[in-house]
Amino acid sequence: MKPVAQQLVESKRSLVLLAILGFFILPFLYSIDVLSIGQINMIGRYMTFAILALGLDLLWGYVGILSLCQCTFFCLGAYAMGMHLAHHGGPEGIIDANGWKLPACLFVVYPYDVGESSGDALVPFFWKPFWNLPLTILLGLLIPAVCSFVLGYFVFRSRVRGVYFAILSQAIAVAGWLVFCRNDVKLCGTNGLTRFDVIAPAESLTTFHPEDAKDQWIASHDGDMGQDLNEDGKLDQLDYSMAEVGFSLSEPNVQLSLYLLTLACLFGSFFLCKWIVNSRLGRVLIAIRDDESTLNFFGYKPHQYKIFAFCIAAALAGLAGMLYIPQMKIITPSNMEAVRSVLVVVWVAVGGRGTLRGAILGALTVNLLYNYLTSEHDYGLFSWSPDYWPIFLGIAFVLVVLYLPNGLIEVVDRFRDRFGNKPNTNPIEKV
Amino acid sequence: MSAEVESGSTHSTVEEENLALKEYRNFLPSKIKKDIWSSKFLLFVESLSVSFDGFKAVDIPHFGIKHGELRVIIGPNGAGKTTFCDLVSGKTPPSTGKVYYDGKNITQMDESDIALMGIGRKFQTPTVFDSLSTYENLLLALPGNQDWQDNLLKRESEQEKNQILEILEKVNLSECRDMPAKSLSHGQRQWLAISALIISKPKLLLVDEPAAGLTDLETERTADLLMELAEDHTLVVIEHDMDFVRRLGQKVTVLNEGRVLAEGSLEEMETNEEVMEAYLGR
Repeated sequence: MKPVAQQLVESKRSLVLLAILGFFILPFLYSIDVLSIGQINMIGRYMTFAILALGLDLLWGYVGILSLCQCTFFCLGAYAMGMHLAHHGGPEGIIDANGWKLPACLFVVYPYDVGESSGDALVPFFWKPFWNLPLTILLGLLIPAVCSFVLGYFVFRSRVRGVYFAILSQAIAVAGWLVFCRNDVKLCGTNGLTRFDVIAPAESLTTFHPEDAKDQWIASHDGDMGQDLNEDGKLDQLDYSMAEVGFSLSEPNVQLSLYLLTLACLFGSFFLCKWIVNSRLGRVLIAIRDDESTLNFFGYKPHQYKIFAFCIAAALAGLAGMLYIPQMKIITPSNMEAVRSVLVVVWVAVGGRGTLRGAILGALTVNLLYNYLTSEHDYGLFSWSPDYWPIFLGIAFVLVVLYLPNGLIEVVDRFRDRFGNKPNTNPIEKV
Repeated sequence: MSAEVESGSTHSTVEEENLALKEYRNFLPSKIKKDIWSSKFLLFVESLSVSFDGFKAVDIPHFGIKHGELRVIIGPNGAGKTTFCDLVSGKTPPSTGKVYYDGKNITQMDESDIALMGIGRKFQTPTVFDSLSTYENLLLALPGNQDWQDNLLKRESEQEKNQILEILEKVNLSECRDMPAKSLSHGQRQWLAISALIISKPKLLLVDEPAAGLTDLETERTADLLMELAEDHTLVVIEHDMDFVRRLGQKVTVLNEGRVLAEGSLEEMETNEEVMEAYLGR
């Protein structure tokens, strides 16, 4: 098939550009102190948003399913990694009756029954698998995928489509948010998961021994018994830091590595999406967008394909969430508010719906602009206030829809066509 | 006037033939031997009806299409021609009655399962996938690759590729093979839709208004294409264009207000009082 080969050539240049910029220029600028580690960290976080946007673009741009609950899947991945980091994080935390270390963020807002005291707090069963890092990564991908599969199976099979699906997914986003806000769910309610200090892959593979940890702590603090916070004469609040056994998240080198890992994952996700889109299945996905009912009469079952795309998008969102958390160091239910999922749609629309590069471009551009324009700037004649941001975003969205229906990527393509050596002759969509 | 059946040659003995005819008149195929029917008819329907808000769009007590037949269905606007196709292809579930295809009851089946059994359909307006190229449109129509796993991992074989190129050649679309279908003319879209139908290798083709919006030359070529298809397929063609129907020169069924009004050759129909009345609305 000729178009595929053409597409590869066409999107190569912008990819190479992104790779050089991401892998070499930005780390170089950091090494000569032009960029701070905070800025690298911020770009790393925006790249996780780009992965999230890629998933939505596969779903919305190619299959035509407007999903307004992608941030819910993002948060499922984020909470999975958050639980892992909270397990290993500290600094303080109590040991529960079963010998598990109760994460500090959960201990603070533990939903006790009437009559229970702090000694009765137990690590909930669903927290336990997340002690293990490989298992966490697996679950962080699987949980969103399974949730989307169940949702997709019932929704797409009964042929709910178009705006009805969009409304339904929005309702699911709100429902998810309400569940995670509840304290009884033992996911720390509106406080969210915090106190992430280290990534400890080696420790995560071993079983936690409270006595060892206590001895270790006492040894390293010259026999000082530490914080007896509830003053009952016993050491039940361990000042338990694992900084020695893992990689500290506040280390600049760890942050730079996380940034590079995110960038690698972004490329991985891009190539996965590209492979899907360029396969024959990708053609079927586009056919669903064009005319789903006709496809039935060729013997296809469109709901299978829609579920597939929905699961891939959800798994990518989960991956993005898992990468976001160690860089953000907090996850709260506000990340899964309905409006967050709508913002993802805005990124994709601004960048260019139906082109994978467009989704990445949109997510990065809108977020970098957001970062710049939500701080105060004095331009002499007038000063920019962060309050103007929603107005700016609204105007930008309207302008893109009116004048650049194919998104910002159109500007890039026009620029390339004018100054590049080869004009774009392929009328089939570009990836 | 009810649907008549010509005595076919599929039955060996006169006795069997008579039995079949008798049964056809009483038409209770679900109660008697179905294989007698399926040996004679590729498709037959029994007391098929559908109502939309109390309006009976189709009400056919019995109707059959024989193996290898090319049947033309004509009728005034709103006669239920397209609705009949919808019922057969599973797009609309019938209110009452049953549809048998190849000896099996397909009344409650999904449109995709019906399509997989070998009933292909072309719609009134040419339904092609606009964003896909001509070649890709035919690629999706190829039979045997409808599962998502196959589509993710498999590429088209050399043989399938040649098959597509061959058919593109036949309908004069070779030059447009990499053009998106939305840039094709109406006639080219019609042909692309018909090509997609042919390449999907159905046993029974439901062709809804293949000549709609075509130029005279294109109409002629479409008729030739259908005649060629009729050699080894069973076809049901719905058409308005009488010249086109005349060119096909096959048995015609007239539908009116959801019922079978008459059956026979086009010449017979043109002199039939009832048919004239339905068409002219006297």
